[in-house]
Amino acid sequence: MLSNQEKMLIVQIWERLTPVAEEIGADALLRMFACFPGSKTYFSHLDISRGSPHLLSLGKKIVLALAEGSKDISQLTVTLAPLQIMHAYQLRIDPTNFKLLSHCMLVALSCHMRDDFTAVAHAAMDKYLSAFAAVLAEKYR
Amino acid sequence: MVEWTDFERDTIQDIFSRIEYDVVGPAALARCLVVYPWTQRYFGGFGNLYNAAAIKGNPMVSKHGTTILHGLDRAVKNMDDIKNTYAELSVLHSEKLHVDPDNFKLLADCLTIVVAAQLGNEFSGEVQAAFQKFLAVVVSSLGRQYH
Repeated sequence: MLSNQEKMLIVQIWERLTPVAEEIGADALLRMFACFPGSKTYFSHLDISRGSPHLLSLGKKIVLALAEGSKDISQLTVTLAPLQIMHAYQLRIDPTNFKLLSHCMLVALSCHMRDDFTAVAHAAMDKYLSAFAAVLAEKYR
Repeated sequence: MVEWTDFERDTIQDIFSRIEYDVVGPAALARCLVVYPWTQRYFGGFGNLYNAAAIKGNPMVSKHGTTILHGLDRAVKNMDDIKNTYAELSVLHSEKLHVDPDNFKLLADCLTIVVAAQLGNEFSGEVQAAFQKFLAVVVSSLGRQYH
């Protein structure tokens, strides 16, 4: 459950991070690959080393999708419909990995925002990422 | 037995020598109580945990946060035998405190995020991996004596 205050916080954070979407997204992905090596298996067809164009492009897409979704959280199922289909039928990434990336996204946010990533912001963002991941997995079965 | 690379050993020693236990400990515990409010069930005697500000300013939370970090220190100094280092504490958390061991992971995640904020870009993916591996061993050891 997200309060209106929390929804506003989430929108503000993603607005602030949209200009550095590539940086944040790539950072979160690299952290996940370092901490949870099993997650790399989904990217064997790409170059996911630090600084690679594939990594930056993927990171940017993810952050921009998170930012877009945050603008109207009640409409996540509508906003994410195309991504739901892609993940369910094409990518088929095991949804456990969404939790791993969410955690690494929170760490990336903490490294970037330092003290501005308050406990309240962390709680709100954790809830949003959980909701986002749940919607993304909705069409899996 | 857990195998540690030189990088992992050095990283753990480095992190713990740089963080202030009485800042990071309280911040991590407070964050856990805010982000995962159901963990407050174990702290009924701590007084006002009504909102984030109250939790952050609560002296019992601060004191206990510091205690926890000093408890972690024991693993830092005994990286090759963390399991036995925490045998007693594991029994305590199981038999006396009745803490669901899933909670250890929640606190570990909050601690990771607090340390990340402290170290900024120095908390690289590789450093994070080492830190998380260390905390995973701690968490596993604390859950070991449950039955």
